[in-house]
Amino acid sequence: MTMKRAITVTVNGQQYSSEVEPRLLLVHYLRDVLDLTGTHVGCNTSQCGACVVHLNGEAVKSCTILAVQADGCEVTTIEGLAPEGSLHPIQEGFWEKHGLQCGFCTPGMIMASYQLLKNNPNPTEAEIRKGLEGNICRCTGYQNIVKAVQYAAEHMQTSATEPVGAGE
Amino acid sequence: MGISAMVGTPIKRREDPRLITGQATYVDDMKLLGMYHMAILRSPYGHARIVSINTDAAKALPGVIKIYTAEDLRGKVGNVVVAVPLGRIAEGMGIRGALAEGKVRFYGDPVAAVIADDAYTARDALDLIDIEYEPLPAAIDIEKAMQPGAALLYEEFGTNVAMSSHPPTDEMDKIFEQTVADGGIVVKQRIVNQRVAPVPMETRGVIAEYRKSDKSLTVWSSTQIPHLLRNFLAATLSLPQHQVRVITPEVGGGFGCKLNYYPEEMVAAFAAMQTGHPVKWIEDRSENLAVTVHGRDQLDYIEVAARKDGRVTGLKVHGISDMGAYCQLFTNVIMIAFGFPVSCGSYDIPVHLSFDVVFTNKAPTDAYRGAGRPEATYVSERAMDLVAFNLGLDPAEVRRINFVQPDQFPYKSSAGAVYDTGNYEPALDKALQIIDYKNLRAEQARKRAEGKLMGIGISSYIEICGFGPKGTAPVGLYESARVRVEHSGTVMVYTGASPHGQGEETTFAQIVAEEFSIPVENVMIMHGDTDSTPEGRGTYGSRTTAVGGAALFNAVQKLKEKMKLIASHILEASPSDVELEDGKFSVAGSPQKSVSFNDVALTANFSNTLAPGIEPGLETTVFFEPEACVFPFGTYVCSVEIDKETGETKVTRFVAVDDCGRQLNPMIVQGQIHGGIAQGIGQAMWEGVEYSEDGQLLTSTFMDYAMPIAEEFPQFELDHTVTLTTVNPLGVKGVGEAGTIGSTPAIAAAVADALGVAHVDMPFRAEKMWKIIHQQKG
Amino acid sequence: MSIPAPFDYHPVKTVDEAISLLQEYSDDAKILAGGHSLIPSMKLRLSQPGHLIDIRGIDGLSYIREEGDVIAVGAVTPYIQVLRSDLLKHHFVALTEAAEDLGDQQVRNRGTLGGSLAHSDPAGDMPAVVLALKADIVVQGPKGKRTVQADDFFVDTFLTALEPDEILTEIRFKIPPARTGTAYIKLENKASHYALTGCAAMVTLDTDGTCTAASVAITGASTKTTRAGTVEAELVGKKLDEATVAAAAQHAAEGLELVEDIHGSKAYRAQMTVVMARRAILQAAEHAS
Repeated sequence: MTMKRAITVTVNGQQYSSEVEPRLLLVHYLRDVLDLTGTHVGCNTSQCGACVVHLNGEAVKSCTILAVQADGCEVTTIEGLAPEGSLHPIQEGFWEKHGLQCGFCTPGMIMASYQLLKNNPNPTEAEIRKGLEGNICRCTGYQNIVKAVQYAAEHMQTSATEPVGAGE
Repeated sequence: MGISAMVGTPIKRREDPRLITGQATYVDDMKLLGMYHMAILRSPYGHARIVSINTDAAKALPGVIKIYTAEDLRGKVGNVVVAVPLGRIAEGMGIRGALAEGKVRFYGDPVAAVIADDAYTARDALDLIDIEYEPLPAAIDIEKAMQPGAALLYEEFGTNVAMSSHPPTDEMDKIFEQTVADGGIVVKQRIVNQRVAPVPMETRGVIAEYRKSDKSLTVWSSTQIPHLLRNFLAATLSLPQHQVRVITPEVGGGFGCKLNYYPEEMVAAFAAMQTGHPVKWIEDRSENLAVTVHGRDQLDYIEVAARKDGRVTGLKVHGISDMGAYCQLFTNVIMIAFGFPVSCGSYDIPVHLSFDVVFTNKAPTDAYRGAGRPEATYVSERAMDLVAFNLGLDPAEVRRINFVQPDQFPYKSSAGAVYDTGNYEPALDKALQIIDYKNLRAEQARKRAEGKLMGIGISSYIEICGFGPKGTAPVGLYESARVRVEHSGTVMVYTGASPHGQGEETTFAQIVAEEFSIPVENVMIMHGDTDSTPEGRGTYGSRTTAVGGAALFNAVQKLKEKMKLIASHILEASPSDVELEDGKFSVAGSPQKSVSFNDVALTANFSNTLAPGIEPGLETTVFFEPEACVFPFGTYVCSVEIDKETGETKVTRFVAVDDCGRQLNPMIVQGQIHGGIAQGIGQAMWEGVEYSEDGQLLTSTFMDYAMPIAEEFPQFELDHTVTLTTVNPLGVKGVGEAGTIGSTPAIAAAVADALGVAHVDMPFRAEKMWKIIHQQKG
Repeated sequence: MSIPAPFDYHPVKTVDEAISLLQEYSDDAKILAGGHSLIPSMKLRLSQPGHLIDIRGIDGLSYIREEGDVIAVGAVTPYIQVLRSDLLKHHFVALTEAAEDLGDQQVRNRGTLGGSLAHSDPAGDMPAVVLALKADIVVQGPKGKRTVQADDFFVDTFLTALEPDEILTEIRFKIPPARTGTAYIKLENKASHYALTGCAAMVTLDTDGTCTAASVAITGASTKTTRAGTVEAELVGKKLDEATVAAAAQHAAEGLELVEDIHGSKAYRAQMTVVMARRAILQAAEHAS
């Protein structure tokens, strides 16, 4: 029997203390222990990006990180991207531009877009398509996702948009 | 916002707020009290006898509740449902229980189900189950599977062929002879439509809950067919239908693969009934790639005859459908019932059809975006291109002179389908104009002079959808809508359709808002719960708007008439003089005499002084069964460039002109086409399920199954024409699958054109291109 | 559900702690840094170590610094730091470009250079780059530190020169002479986006354009990342024009134990190796001038 470990993680600005198995994946910790089910599991080879969250301000694949590795860290999930009742410009962009259909890849796509725009606030279409190489969508053919990110880039030039409880 | 302009307006989707904030509930997001978790142990062999199963060690793992095998289900759980068992299937060939018994017949065949306290324990228990197998030779190649001496999946039948039809070809042969005698040609071609995986981003999943006290079963499933699923569960678990309830939570994509009835749904329900606890099963991505139904896998041998001017005089199609190891819901009829009827494509040509439908040691195939029509369209489009290639004619012109003409509709095609309406030439012309075809060919000539490989491909597709009229299937494929106008003026709609990304919560509200001339915000569209929605048939086959929307439209008209009657009494006018506009009922010619929609709704629901003969309330249920299918169409034109050194191929331009009749919401229509095109290009260029000779699955993760990412696509350039249908009052045809149907052949044509050859089989991977290029050099 | 088999987790604060745990658990322990090769393989249960030693918490293993005529990179330096380093870009553009192209932005935030080398994926990008840049790999064990040349480090598929009780601590790149250029070009496996075959090249030219040194490494085509010795020999002493490079590149697949799978046959890999080598060497030569 392996030893459970105590971890303290701040998620969307709120601190949680839990005892977890070392092998518990961060995505399962978020979904099953903290009931934050907006982050999804779409594959088993760390390729699809449905599980992307921010860890200390950086986009990561939460299916490839152990919950114990997030001890002492700050995590932002889709639920914490914007204060309750409001939408982040990226979320707005996806809505305005029909950047989603079934919605399953969308939270990860949005969280990844945030990182993309943080690294490159004014991306070209080619840079957007490359920037989202770690996110797979089966519904949209990516066309309106690109438009959504372009919308967000435009609207983010004008306002500061830090997620709730974002890291550095 | 102007009320009268609702239909045709690209309003934002009301589905989105919950999806973009992570608030939506997919089946894996649900936690029920006392819930157990199920994991399935599957065959690692393509074909093997099950010698023994030892679950002792697994049972001893703390947290394991129960382990089931076929033995436990015998007599208690019926077989996986097959909609149209024909040929040897009617005698039991290909029919299976939920868990494998005696033999496993494909990699991933489910053998044992572990029920445990939590998902991690269930997974661990799988490693502790000891199964002894005796591997058997596998039948993988479909043509070899049909030969004497092939490994047999069902020994008692002595063959792997389940259904066959080889009608005499005399008449077509005469036509071919005459064509050749007149100076025309006959071209033969073997055409592969390879096996692909649908891959919705949400894998399958189910939660079953059983209340022993009243024997009621509730199942939440990531499905496209809640009502059919309910009926199947009731039948296979011997429960009365009224004691089974199915609820679809948010569904993360289906593309046809969730239009089915799966062993895991059956076993989860059984386990819930046995243990008295809710049981959840969530499919892993490797399971999804291995056992969720695959698409396509059809081999065609065709012969096409054409006069010197490109006019096709006849087409022979022999189709061989690879079913995989077992029949799922529509496995055996995808090719012959859905594809064959549109074998003529957009063209006025005689066709001769013959077929074999065969079992192999692979996963079952079934509906995947297009379900038979992509395969049929691929064949008819390749045929046109072969004619053009062999006669040195422009493929656009060959299509043009073979099109069904506008004055021929409704068109009874020789393959069986009767096309409702169509006007193919304008779509072709528009696509050619958008891509600037003449200059594109000039660019191609320039690039070829520089030694580059550039190709241009055209595809003029039709498709058959909006299932369906009487006779399409063994059960009626109607759709339903219950509409209720509440006393507040809010309209509640309960539809039997089951959208999972297509946006009907928005577009159906647009229909209602337009017809009632009320704000779209006052309309609520509910779906997916068999307790609250009338019996429906679900969402697939591009039918939700054409059939479900029509039912809704008809229901709204009924209520509109009643409201007019009530308004006429309030206004003391004749009902025929009452009009509804801008949310008000008023008397024609006297607009000041009016009563609001909301007031009429209030009156209908609350009044104790309704005129005699008027029943209180405003609620009606309508079932709509279309008289016929609908036939969207279009032309796609694309260009590709192939790197001579590596064979890597890039899609450089993609133009799509589609005609789906009236567009309720152009933004949503375009989204459907984008997604369809991406899947069609994916199949053409990169995707493919592969098995080793002994039946091992070689594409069991995304590391081996190539999923297209954003960088791989150009921007799709879309336009449209509008040719209404008379089949439903909305004038809409379907659009969900068109993108996939039209795009694959366009890419195929462009690649063959780039290489200067008649035909290349998909997928057009770099090595294949490279081989051809280098064979040409040497 | 794809989840690892159970294991114990040991976050450590020093290299010595890590080494002593490696001594204790030996083959049953694995080092965890970025985890983006290890955790996926554990989720598929291809790898089932009973103990994970997390070294991300060790201070001073993530750095990029100039030390005289060497650039030293700490083993736990994530790709995102590598690709942003002006220092590395200036001297070894192949390294920063490979880091930019590797995986996706999420992987680049977590994956580490040391982790990639210790993993020795035969289709990995970093092993090829590090080989071509002739790096020295510093490993530390109970007996102290030792330096392994890149040439000796990659032993076989997923096998390196690391002893079970050793941990990779640093990668050292000797700053090349002036007029040295580097490049890395790969032909992607369309599913995994790893190299079906890839070539990293470093060439040094003297003032009249003659090649004075060349190192060429191939990944993806074989069971391990390998130097293409014959190619290198055919480049040195010559002016690197299209014809010369093309002729040299013809030897790129020689001596390789070619692999074959559904993504590429041996013949295709062999020929593409030649193509990638030619392209990479030409690009490196261009950077050198």
